[in-house]
Amino acid sequence: MTDRSQLLSTREMAKFVARGFLRFDELVAPELNERFVDAYTEAGLPAIPAGTPMAEAWPQESPLAELHALPRVAGIIESLVGPGCLFDHHFLHMRSAAHGPSQHIHQDSTIDPRLNFDLQLMYFPQPVTREMGGTYFLPGSHYRKVNEASISRYQNILGTQHVVCEAGTILALHMGVWHGGGHSQSDENRPMYKVRLNPTVRQRRLWNTDDITEDTAAPQPIFSPAYPYDKQDIQTILCRPEPWFEIDTARLEYLNRIKLWRFLLGDESFDAQYWLTRLENEPG
Amino acid sequence: MQAQRQKVLILYLASSALDTPVVAWSLYDGTGKTRTMAADSDEPPYTTGLHALKDGWRLIQLSQLIPPYPGEEFSVSYQRYECVFEKLEPVSGDPDD
Repeated sequence: MTDRSQLLSTREMAKFVARGFLRFDELVAPELNERFVDAYTEAGLPAIPAGTPMAEAWPQESPLAELHALPRVAGIIESLVGPGCLFDHHFLHMRSAAHGPSQHIHQDSTIDPRLNFDLQLMYFPQPVTREMGGTYFLPGSHYRKVNEASISRYQNILGTQHVVCEAGTILALHMGVWHGGGHSQSDENRPMYKVRLNPTVRQRRLWNTDDITEDTAAPQPIFSPAYPYDKQDIQTILCRPEPWFEIDTARLEYLNRIKLWRFLLGDESFDAQYWLTRLENEPG
Repeated sequence: MQAQRQKVLILYLASSALDTPVVAWSLYDGTGKTRTMAADSDEPPYTTGLHALKDGWRLIQLSQLIPPYPGEEFSVSYQRYECVFEKLEPVSGDPDD
C-alpha cells in the first residue's frame, strides 16, 4: 500500500481527466538521473515480456527499479492504474539533429474505445531545451477516437505543448493523448524513457479521495455572470475548453470527461454544470 | 508558359463558418521553397479562413456537415471543420530539382 500522502489529489485527478496529462518537474533526483542515463543510453533497456506484473518487471537494484519505487512515482502510478498494474512495454526514445524533422503527430497503439485507460509515463533524465526537439503533445486530445497515425496531416494545433524541462521531469499521460517527437536542431542527444502500464483492478477511487466534499458535486448556476466560478473547482476543471476545441465539439468533450469522472468516482449521478443531467431527463 | 506548382494550406476552424478562428493548420509547399513539419509553429498563419481568402488563397474543399451516427452522437474524433486552400506559384528552372 502506497503512502496516501503520495497519491494524487482529487483536483489533480480531475485535471488528468480533463487534459489527459499531469506534469511533475524535477521529480527525480540528479544522482538517479545520471545513473539512469549511464545504465541505459548505451547498453539499452532490458527486454521484459509484455504483461509482466510491474512489481516483478525491473531487474533488482537497477535504476529502473529505483525510479518506479520512488514514493511519488509509485503514488502517481497507483492513483491512475492501481496496485498490481502490468508492464506493457517500454522504450528509450532518442532525438538528435541526425533524426531530421519532427515526428508526425499520432496516438499510440490503435483505436481504443475503453473507459478504462492505460498510463504512459515519460521520464526525461536530462534537461530538454526547445532546440533539442522535446516531445510535443496536445492537451485534451485523449477522447478523440482516431487511428494512430491517421492524424498525421495535422501539423500544428493551438495549445500544443512542447516539453522543455529540467532533468528528472516526468509526464503522466492518458494513453490517448496525441503526441510526437519534436524537431531537433541540436547535436545533443535527448533521451526520453517511456513506459506503458495496464490496470488490473477497476479504476475507481484509487487516488487520495480524502478531499472530496459534498460541494464537489453540488449543482451550480450555469452561464451565470453573477456566480463566482472557482477555477480550481472540480466542475470548472471538467468544463474548461482547450484552445483547439471546435465550438460545438467542446461540449461533447465535457460530456466525455464527465462520463470518465463518473466511472472513476463510481457515482453515476455526478454531473458538472448540468451537461449530462439535461440529456438524461426523459420523463414518462 | 512558366511552370507552376501548388501550395496547399489546410486550415481547421472553430466552426463550419469560414469567418471563425483557425484552431489548427498545415502547409505543404509544392514549389519546394519552404519546408514545413509537425509542430513547427505556434501561431496560425491567418486568424480565420476568411483572412486566407482575402490573401489570395483559393478554397478548393470544405469538410461536409455529416449528421452524427446513431449511438455515436457524443463521440469525438478528427478535426471537424477542414478547409483546403491552394495557391499556384511560378517556379523557375527545373522544379523537380
